Amino acid sequence: MIDLDFMAEAFRRLIQGVPLTLELAALSVSLGLAIALVCAMALHYGHRGLTWPIRAYVTAFRGTPLLVQIFFTYYGLGQFRPELQALGLWGFFREPFWCAILALTLNTGAYGTEIIRGALQSVPYGQIEAARACGMTRWLVYRRILLPIALRLALPSYGNEIILMVKGTSLTSIITLLEVTSIAQQLTSETFRAIEVFVCAGAIYLAMNFVVTRIIGSIEYRLSAHLRAAPDLVALPAGGGSA
Amino acid sequence: MNRLTQFAAVVALTLAAVPFVPRGWADDKPTSAVIGTEGAYAPWNFTDAGGKPVGFEMDLATDLCGRMKIKCSFVLQDFDGLIPALQVGKFDVIMAAMFITDKRLEVINFTRPYAIDPSGFAVAKDSPLAKAGLTGTLDLGDAATTGPVIDKMKALLKGKTIGVQAATKHLDFVKQNFADVATIREYKTTQEHDLDLAAGRLDAIFAQRTTLAATLAKPEFSAYAVAGPGFVKGVFGRGTGAGIRKKDEALLAMFNDAIGAAIADGTIKKLSIQWLKSDVTPP
Repeated sequence: MIDLDFMAEAFRRLIQGVPLTLELAALSVSLGLAIALVCAMALHYGHRGLTWPIRAYVTAFRGTPLLVQIFFTYYGLGQFRPELQALGLWGFFREPFWCAILALTLNTGAYGTEIIRGALQSVPYGQIEAARACGMTRWLVYRRILLPIALRLALPSYGNEIILMVKGTSLTSIITLLEVTSIAQQLTSETFRAIEVFVCAGAIYLAMNFVVTRIIGSIEYRLSAHLRAAPDLVALPAGGGSA
Repeated sequence: MNRLTQFAAVVALTLAAVPFVPRGWADDKPTSAVIGTEGAYAPWNFTDAGGKPVGFEMDLATDLCGRMKIKCSFVLQDFDGLIPALQVGKFDVIMAAMFITDKRLEVINFTRPYAIDPSGFAVAKDSPLAKAGLTGTLDLGDAATTGPVIDKMKALLKGKTIGVQAATKHLDFVKQNFADVATIREYKTTQEHDLDLAAGRLDAIFAQRTTLAATLAKPEFSAYAVAGPGFVKGVFGRGTGAGIRKKDEALLAMFNDAIGAAIADGTIKKLSIQWLKSDVTPP
């Protein structure tokens, strides 16, 4: 029943959507990370005038579906064309690509904020006290102690978030972007062979996310050298060192 | 029984329970039918404020089911998933303004057409295509007449962005004829390309004339009009029919008889004028 020639053909068509999928994911994850870092640091700093708007943003974007956010930025804001034109923003909102980037970025930014805020809070207080005792300024403590440790702590959950974003790009098919999922839908409607097409599409997402997990894994490995036993010490005999 | 066989038994039972073959009839005479529709293609099929499917096709289906003395219910499904869903038995009949085409006939059967409605463009009233004054109905089977008109339209649509519903014959038509001069965007539903036309992201939309008329009647679209000729036959096949699985021959025969009767006694004409504001009764 499964036709391998057709699957190969479907695979070739679907691969053409990969660059757009990766572009959407990479751009929104990196912009989202920037938002998340700034917001998390502001929350950690804890000034009321800063925390309220950030909390509101995070609550709004974590509490509503990404699909709704994409619909809202594209079709919703599309209805304010005269106002957006007056602000000179219509060139941005006219393009489905930029609407998708905006929605994806704000979404991942909200989740990222919470991930990094949590990580900043889990940095052992003793480390910060030690840094202060050495006379480091607030900014230096951030740069040398808080952020490096927090990013290491945040990495596993941030990896999750990146994977979710790679998959989240599939929702942009509803605003006419021809990424992997919308090509899959095109193929299904042309051929009525849903199984082969979606197996291929699934395999492509799996492959992309496999690469993402490997990259996150290797960064995690490099950042946790201090948690592993040094290789030459492992070989020492028990109770040795008599000389 | 060890763990593995237990697991295998559970999996087998679960799979066996998946209801691939629907409802209250074997292959003799059906007593009920589930009708799948898109529910987003006003005025053919759409949903009222309460989410209930209404429109020309819903009224027609209710009339046909009354004639066949069977119980009918409706299920909503995105247009691009209708044929796959029919094939796996999620419903028994498609009534979703679907054109009868050779490609679709390879996988499912269609009843005789219950409507024939030309397709065309809607554009801004001040655009070149609207000012060109092209009108009438063109038979796409007759390339000698339609070819020059399409070439003329190509020049008028050069560099424009055209919105079309995905997985439709409209998309195939626009791709075949205008892909080399215009940008084509694909939408899940016609409502979405309507919104983008009003927002100014699109220069033109291509759809059935009756749905365009319903859209353009709304106040937001006062600056837009239907333009160019209406197209029939060719890629649009033999008109609009109800899709039925190939093996359900008894159901197909019943629908054909009922549609014939509804055409003969003027029911289709009456419903079509009521909902679509024009007579789409097939000859």
